[in-house]
Amino acid sequence: MVQSYRLSEWCSNAPVLEEDLALTNFALDMTGRAQVLLTYAGKVEGSGKTDDDLAYRRKEREFYNHLVMELPNGDFAFTIARLLFTSAYEYYFFTELKHSADEALAAVAAKTVKEVKYHLAHASDWVLRLGDGTAESHKRMQQAVNELWPYTGELFETSNADAVLRDKNIAVDLAPVKALWRTHVLSVLTEATLEQPEDGYMHSGGSKGVHTEHLGHILSEMQYLQRAYPEATW
Amino acid sequence: MATDTQFPLWEVFIQSKSGANYVHAGSVHAADSKMALQNARDTYTRRGEGTSIWVVPSGAIVASNPEDNDMFFDPANDKVYRHPTFYVMPEGAKAI
Repeated sequence: MVQSYRLSEWCSNAPVLEEDLALTNFALDMTGRAQVLLTYAGKVEGSGKTDDDLAYRRKEREFYNHLVMELPNGDFAFTIARLLFTSAYEYYFFTELKHSADEALAAVAAKTVKEVKYHLAHASDWVLRLGDGTAESHKRMQQAVNELWPYTGELFETSNADAVLRDKNIAVDLAPVKALWRTHVLSVLTEATLEQPEDGYMHSGGSKGVHTEHLGHILSEMQYLQRAYPEATW
Repeated sequence: MATDTQFPLWEVFIQSKSGANYVHAGSVHAADSKMALQNARDTYTRRGEGTSIWVVPSGAIVASNPEDNDMFFDPANDKVYRHPTFYVMPEGAKAI
């Protein structure tokens, strides 16, 4: 959902019209996925919360998204490099999740894999074109990759809760996902004549609700209406 | 029209279901054929319009000249015996 918000910000701002449509289409895909997952989360939590409640009435510290999703869009290179990293992660993650013992999650995963496969193809193609492009596009692409790399470690963090769910075969084992992700990302970056940065310090905190300063701004815009007019319906 | 700062233009044809003819849906700008297919998919199949896409560089399309319409189309139009209007289609063959 947070990433959907960021991609929506490209609406009417993208470099070419077709890309405007592509990025906002992806945002819509992600919103649909968020809606299904949040509805299910509300059900599992058991206190009667709807997807809207969870989307629009949680505060920053109650959001558990990966930090990379909330970073500002930057230039097109930054957005598309981020999309490469996150969609590669999602593709391998949801492919695994299809085997979950939890039927609802497995169903979401089956649908999501089709969407993110396309996101991944689109992002990979752009990284190739821009990385192996002009001097300017190569420079911007490399800079984007370098800036984003410290945020990619968080994608593969696990917690005790994950371990419990994995034992029940509900959650995904992230180790093979990470291996597949690294292979794919490395091959795309290499073909795009880009350098893969060294693994150094990795940002963290999303799963504990500790976020960058950007999430507050996103939520204040995204949740404004529901907070100003709590009983609003349409 | 200024020298285009846009990517090359491609014409898009969509097939709504298997076996049907491809219908012209519009055009997209794209740098290469892969991007053209993706852009066509994003632009023209948002509401389930199709199952297959063709993209053709616009320069490859040869169009008839409107000034030649007289010569091209009128001779067939005024000869009623050339038109397939006297045959009644059987009920089951509507999809042809």
